[in-house]
Amino acid sequence: MQLARVIGTVVATVKNPSLHGRKLLIVQSLNKDLAPQGKPLVAVDAAGAGIGELVFWCRGKEASFPFKREDTPTDCTIVGIIDSDEHVCCG
Amino acid sequence: MILAKVLGNIVATQKNARYDNARMMLCEHITPEGEPTGQTLLALDSVDAGVGDTVLIVQEGWGASTAATGKIGAAIDSAIVGVVDHIDLLKAE
Repeated sequence: MQLARVIGTVVATVKNPSLHGRKLLIVQSLNKDLAPQGKPLVAVDAAGAGIGELVFWCRGKEASFPFKREDTPTDCTIVGIIDSDEHVCCG
Repeated sequence: MILAKVLGNIVATQKNARYDNARMMLCEHITPEGEPTGQTLLALDSVDAGVGDTVLIVQEGWGASTAATGKIGAAIDSAIVGVVDHIDLLKAE
């Protein structure tokens, strides 16, 4: 799982039927100093996140587990919202 | 999922039987701002995407194969699962 900031929203009318009603958000992964790390990705939201929020997301097949796991095609799912930037504690 | 632009498609007569009747699209990875990154990839289409469309591509085997073919266990690791209408981005601070 990775820390990330929600930096955008995506609107897609035509999509796989199993993604109907799902919120799609653009996430930029962050390092321990909350600086960008890697490229932005599109994530399916399973936590009720919104733009600007600090979240964590899950990759791989496990990303479909919060939904109908047999047929939800996602490789990146937001699974939690971090309370604030100060709630990321390092050493 | 990644954002990509559809550049075209490929035709392959001889291929794994699980790819029968699949549309294979040649896509280029883009940033949320729409700039191409230069990386290209192939993805199976599940939503009738066309050339020039901005699309969402799942790069995970299970999701991609079930979305694109409706069957699990096909040797597919990338599938187009949505056509993007528009993107709203957080303004740079």
